[in-house]
Amino acid sequence: MSHRSDLIATDIDAYLAQHERKQLLRFLTCGSVDDGKSTMIGRLFFDAKLIYEDTLRTLERDSVVHGTTGGGFDPALFTDGLKAEREQGITIDVAYRYFSTANRKFIIADTPGHEQYTRNMATGASTCDLAVILVDARNGVVTQTKRHSFIVSLLGIRHVLVAVNKMDLVDFRQEVFDQICEDYVRFAARLDVPDLHFLPISALLGDNIVDSSPNMPWYRGSTLMHFLDNVYIGSDRNLEDFRFPVQLVSRPHLDFRGFCGTIASGIIRSGDEVMVLPSRKTSRVKSIVTFDGQLPEAFAPQAVTLTLTDEIDVSRGDMIVRPGNLPKLEQRFDAMVVWMSDQPMVPGRQYLFKQTTKQVSGTVETLRYQVDVNTLHRCDAPTLELNEIGRCAITLAEPIAFDDYRRNRGTGSLIIIDRMTNVTVGAGMIMARVTADQSHDLWDDLPASALLQTHTSRVSADERRARFGQRPVTILLTGLTGSGKTTLAYAVERRLFDMGRVSTVVDGENLRIGINKDLTFSGKDRSEHMRRGAEFAKLLNDAGVICLAAFVAPSEEVRQRAADVIGRDRFLIVHLSAPIEVCRERAEGDPYAKAEAGELPNYAGVSFPYDVPPHPDLTLPTHELNVEDCVDRIMALLKSKGIVR
Amino acid sequence: MSGYSLTHLKELEAESIHIIREVVAEFDNPVMLYSVGKDSSVMVQLALKAFYPAKPPFPLMHVDTTWKFREMYAFREGYARTELGLKVLAYVNEEGRQLGIDPFKHSGKHTTVMKTEALKKALDHYGFDAAFGGARRDEEKSRAKERVFSFRDPFHRWDPKNQRPELWNLYNTRINQGETIRVFPLSNWTELDVWQYIHLEKIPIVPLYFAAERPVVKRGGNWILVDDDRLKLLPDEQPTMKLVRFRTLGCYPLTGAVESTATTLPEIIQEMLLCTTSERQGRVIDNDDEGSMEDKKREGYF
Repeated sequence: MSHRSDLIATDIDAYLAQHERKQLLRFLTCGSVDDGKSTMIGRLFFDAKLIYEDTLRTLERDSVVHGTTGGGFDPALFTDGLKAEREQGITIDVAYRYFSTANRKFIIADTPGHEQYTRNMATGASTCDLAVILVDARNGVVTQTKRHSFIVSLLGIRHVLVAVNKMDLVDFRQEVFDQICEDYVRFAARLDVPDLHFLPISALLGDNIVDSSPNMPWYRGSTLMHFLDNVYIGSDRNLEDFRFPVQLVSRPHLDFRGFCGTIASGIIRSGDEVMVLPSRKTSRVKSIVTFDGQLPEAFAPQAVTLTLTDEIDVSRGDMIVRPGNLPKLEQRFDAMVVWMSDQPMVPGRQYLFKQTTKQVSGTVETLRYQVDVNTLHRCDAPTLELNEIGRCAITLAEPIAFDDYRRNRGTGSLIIIDRMTNVTVGAGMIMARVTADQSHDLWDDLPASALLQTHTSRVSADERRARFGQRPVTILLTGLTGSGKTTLAYAVERRLFDMGRVSTVVDGENLRIGINKDLTFSGKDRSEHMRRGAEFAKLLNDAGVICLAAFVAPSEEVRQRAADVIGRDRFLIVHLSAPIEVCRERAEGDPYAKAEAGELPNYAGVSFPYDVPPHPDLTLPTHELNVEDCVDRIMALLKSKGIVR
Repeated sequence: MSGYSLTHLKELEAESIHIIREVVAEFDNPVMLYSVGKDSSVMVQLALKAFYPAKPPFPLMHVDTTWKFREMYAFREGYARTELGLKVLAYVNEEGRQLGIDPFKHSGKHTTVMKTEALKKALDHYGFDAAFGGARRDEEKSRAKERVFSFRDPFHRWDPKNQRPELWNLYNTRINQGETIRVFPLSNWTELDVWQYIHLEKIPIVPLYFAAERPVVKRGGNWILVDDDRLKLLPDEQPTMKLVRFRTLGCYPLTGAVESTATTLPEIIQEMLLCTTSERQGRVIDNDDEGSMEDKKREGYF
């Protein structure tokens, strides 16, 4: 089903060429039974003229028999599928719908709203990039809205559109809409939804579905169709961490041994060094084989076949990664589990766990807590029943390679299978980001008000790039106090300035004297210190400026979060690796002695561990190199990355 | 779009290849059902891609009702068997053949015996535990909720209330003794995607999809091709040469032609996009009564 375009009749070849370059967007629709979800989809298709005429005729016939509009045209019947469900008048499963515009092909996962079908919503959400949550304007944010939002956030959907429906029944009043937005934002602050939007609609009448509503002139944003067609989802995919779960080993003849699989995340190039897990054997990629020829590089989610230069043992269930960027390889971990079976979860019982291409037996050791999906409160419970969600400690018979679900959907997800019935009984999202300090921090919080919007500059990044002759980047100089971070930062700034480039230094210590003077040296405040530094660096990068960030940044987790804030494609880590004895001698004011005396709490290297970056872009042994050598190496790095010429 | 993004067709292709490989990795004896239609052609192309440089490690199986268009048989032999060198099984329900059901008179019974029953017998006969089918979710309402891995009991029945939840790309492939799985790698493709892929990949399809002068008679509002002498002309019928093509292929007595001048793929796609009736309407069996495809699926029809 496709939209109408004049090109179809006038120039089909041009139309086809245009449609060859479409992007795929998968979205979820959720709302409670009477929110008008099916009506909204039906209306979307109807107004965009996406329903074929015979489908439409069937619908008109069905409207008379099954419709809830008293014999009038009921667009909801378009999405209600199976006979029995139609008789009940409710959708009870996940139904997939397809449509496309000139820009995008859409897959809609239409999922039910009522309580007993949480599992279907989780199923639908698992493959989606975006969720449309319907709210009835008359009822506002209700329990079901909260439940849906929680599941959407739990399943890692980053883009949420709250569609406030039935605006016609509240006389299209702006204050009703504004109040719902405010209520929702207050609630959503407890969730992890980075990109949130609101839209007032009337699905039944078609207001703001495809055409702007004449009844709501106070609303100046996108219509539903325009939003879906334009929302930016490009940054969602993980292209950082190369993960290749081996699906099959292909040996058609003696001279060929290839490993078939779908790249779960990241990019791989022919010639790259790789490591096979769990064996930890290393080799290089000899070729990336496809039916359409060998590729110089491949990326997620391509399905390819890799050959390696060495004869090493690789089989289904193994994972090929880069030696400098490893997933966790463990047999014990925590996961948020959605239970999907009538038979309750039994802690201690053997289940099968399927994760990537690996199937392993194991048990749920303990249910740490259950989450009430309506209130988000945590409570103790002995087990999980159908449609319940909880944090579980899982122990497997052998280690698996995984990442945190929030960072990597492909390697952080698993399903639980009952060994006797072979039924899928649960779905899990692995939590690999273990924080000792569980107290609340601001990294993942939403802004405090719904009225806050992101404004965009009228100067484009390309224009800035052309003006400054550089690609903006943040170079994090991390290392112990006394390793030379600040000295080096200012030396690089001087060199860039002399070349005519624009850069500036954001120094941790300077921030503490000014903008961060409210922060202490507690673990939480150190994290906040880094967060503000990262936000500051982001502003500078947005302005086109190269930022040299001199921070101790002792924990890898905090460094990664800073990378998320700034943008991974413009974040470099340079580790100043002088050992602590050298740093102690160099540091001014003898801070190490004060830390040992307990005067400076949580001091990196003394009372707080310094995690050596596992895969820095550059390591500088500052105890062996002089400042100019270090500057040379950083300049070489910047040139190799195309940041400056 | 950045350099590291796939077009929707490449993303669909990758997803389908993943599904096909997963079945081969986890099942003992898979088969690919081959209807000789355009969706089958795409599915075969994806299978070639999934295992290159190896050949697909499973046979194709054509459930032959003995009433397919002659050009379909020719294409099956010439392309799938000879040009691609794939193993092609053709299965006929011999008991059904002996009954000699005339599809012109008893279309429903013909389909049940020669297609639905035949498929079940064929799967039992060869002991296949997984069967790929080319069905798409956009074809028909009851298919919108079908899983990619569709679980069937030992009697090949589909129970819409008892399907496994399917999350991410983690497919539960575990079955009990005697149970089978139908797998639909094209689940997320639409008719336009299929045509566009055929166009881009230059995939051969049966020439019946292209308009040509063909001898047809008008029956029950459909143009029926006079494909062989089993079509008995009624007293008032006179075959006429018409420029026609087929939007869907099946048994020739049950498949209506449409008048068309589309002789190239872009023209076919153009016609499809400008046309206002959906694809399956040309098939006689769907129009019996509301929800009829759903009932057929419960019985084991794809």
